[in-house]
Amino acid sequence: MKSVRRESLAAWAFAAPALIVIALFFGVPVFAGLALSLTDFDIYALADLHNLRWQGWSNYVHVLSLPLFWQALGNTVYFVVLGVPLSIALSLAAAVLLQSKLVRFKPLLRTALFAPVVTTLVAVAVIWRYLFHVKYGLVNYTLQSFGVSPVDWLGDPHWSMPTIIGFAAWKNFGGNMIIFIAALQAVPHDLYEAARLDGAKSWAQFRFITLPGIAPTLLMVAILTTAGYFQLFAEPYVMTQGGPLQSTVSVLYLMYEEGFKWWNLGLASAVAFVLFVIIVVVSKGLIALQRRWTGEGA
Amino acid sequence: MRRRDLLTASAAAALTGCARDNGTTTLRFWAMGRESEVVAELMPGFEREHAGVRVKVEQLPWTAAHEKLLTAFAGDATPDLAQVGNTWLPEMQALGALEPLEPWIARTPMLQAGDYFDGIWATNAPGGQRVGLPWYVDTRLMFVRQDLLARAGITDMPRDWNAWRATLARLRERGMDKPLLLPTNESAPLLALALQQPGEVLRDGGRYGNFAGPGFRAALGFYLERFQRGEAPLASEVQIGNLWQEFGRGSFAFYLSGPWDIGEFKRRLPPELASAWITAELPGPNGPGMSTAGGASLAMFKRSRHKPEAWALISYLSRPDVQLQFYRLTGDLPARRSAWSLPLNGATLAQDRHAAAFHRQLERVRAAPAVPEWERIEKEMQLAATRAVHGVTDLDTTVRSLDALVDGILEKRRWMLDRKSA
Repeated sequence: MKSVRRESLAAWAFAAPALIVIALFFGVPVFAGLALSLTDFDIYALADLHNLRWQGWSNYVHVLSLPLFWQALGNTVYFVVLGVPLSIALSLAAAVLLQSKLVRFKPLLRTALFAPVVTTLVAVAVIWRYLFHVKYGLVNYTLQSFGVSPVDWLGDPHWSMPTIIGFAAWKNFGGNMIIFIAALQAVPHDLYEAARLDGAKSWAQFRFITLPGIAPTLLMVAILTTAGYFQLFAEPYVMTQGGPLQSTVSVLYLMYEEGFKWWNLGLASAVAFVLFVIIVVVSKGLIALQRRWTGEGA
Repeated sequence: MRRRDLLTASAAAALTGCARDNGTTTLRFWAMGRESEVVAELMPGFEREHAGVRVKVEQLPWTAAHEKLLTAFAGDATPDLAQVGNTWLPEMQALGALEPLEPWIARTPMLQAGDYFDGIWATNAPGGQRVGLPWYVDTRLMFVRQDLLARAGITDMPRDWNAWRATLARLRERGMDKPLLLPTNESAPLLALALQQPGEVLRDGGRYGNFAGPGFRAALGFYLERFQRGEAPLASEVQIGNLWQEFGRGSFAFYLSGPWDIGEFKRRLPPELASAWITAELPGPNGPGMSTAGGASLAMFKRSRHKPEAWALISYLSRPDVQLQFYRLTGDLPARRSAWSLPLNGATLAQDRHAAAFHRQLERVRAAPAVPEWERIEKEMQLAATRAVHGVTDLDTTVRSLDALVDGILEKRRWMLDRKSA
């Protein structure tokens, strides 16, 4: 009995540093943020704390009644729904390409495809802004040589979000590609041999061996990418500043504007928590989907 | 206030503290945009006159400056002095971040209130407390292709709304499809039209929006009429692409802009058009109208430990000769009347072909409401106007919903004011 208690004490002692760090750097800020979201902290309160008022849930009600919030949520969902599949498809395609026996110079290709991930987002965003400039951009220049009339990629509300999606997919696919390469290497090779003997074409091999083989990885990547893409911020901040016509305002960008531009930190915290709830619900949904999926498969 | 500089990727200045070693005082001076790049050239002159003071100019991009100032206040890292946009002063004053300047001005005989443009001078005392000294000024007026007007048989520059309407109609008759450019993402033109009206934009001492009042209705009505009659294109500035090229090509004859475009137009328009364009004062409902009181001020921070030195720098930058030198470097218009009458290229700035209209307009400028929330309200005003321009809402709905929105934004301010008076 005594030794059990001592053992558990030892276990707690070992876990303590990590727990303290989590409590200090995660727990405290989250609770402070939650408390902040129930107040109307703004510049007046910044000047004098006596100007702070308890708001209860009314910040949340206010956020949900803001037309801009719903537009931002719509933009973010647009970004996620288009961006996540595109990004994952790119990663998977690149990973399969790098696994293929037909491809040469693999280390070079791998480095090249991974390079966007390690570049600074702000720096490449500036370059993309030039590439997609309506008058001087290389993209429009190329299109024009094919006789396509120039598109105002970042200035037209219909094109701004697709451009940002393309940028984000390009910037991020390398990271997932590395994960997929690892997963692909774990798929047993003899399965492919057996399939080839049975006369399966490469698409059938991919569909019935590769995809099921990497399904758990695929789901994990999907969850991580979705959670990450919901937090879209830096791309519109650098490329469009939320414009044109608020077509690239994401939920996080709205939070930034409320919090750091207008300094309504109470409201901004409420936006952050609403986003947090959305991400949790979506991630849980994806996990539940996986359970059903694998449950049916088993 | 000039905010067209694109976001630069460069992070803003590092937050280094001021140091006083071997008897040298280092002043931290935050400046923004183009001014920050150029103002360093004025520093050797100041440092020569003030031995033992060094000035470190830290550059902020306009797009990040506002956040940076607030964050610096929250993080106790404000500089000694800064260039602050006129419209930001109420906010900084409400925070209590800025040093009241009356006692300092009283001790400096060189600085006379009467030497500043009245409308501009008024923007610097939010809440009855003078916290900024105007550094350079700007306002909006018309850039006009007078050669195209002459070709359409128009000899007089329109001076009131009716004449302006007639001019625009005549230009359209003569085949110019969209004679007026009002970029829908710019709030200054509509604000200028609103400030021309007798009433207030915010009523009851900035407690409520007054957008449904007759004044703003008239202004918005005139604004919308330009689009409804097809005189102005439904385009934001981004969609215009190359503004100067279009102006040079004669796509439009009127463009509402600020003093920075004098330099841009001189540089970018082909030489044969050099005398084709002119600046002209903004027409008002009945005769020459008011316009916005923009520009930036110099402000000193309460937490500065080098206030006498910071004030010396502010006084130096406010000297008429230094103001004129700053104009030469940047094209920013001087805030002091006396700087306008100093000799410049054989004449004076007030006689300059393109600056003269600004000189006259600056005598007729009016400050936007001095409430900390104004920046945001102005943005909402323009968004609402853009929706009306696109026909999403009609005038009546636009002004009413704008009032409701603005009353919501001002709720905290009303609570503060009521509590103060109770």
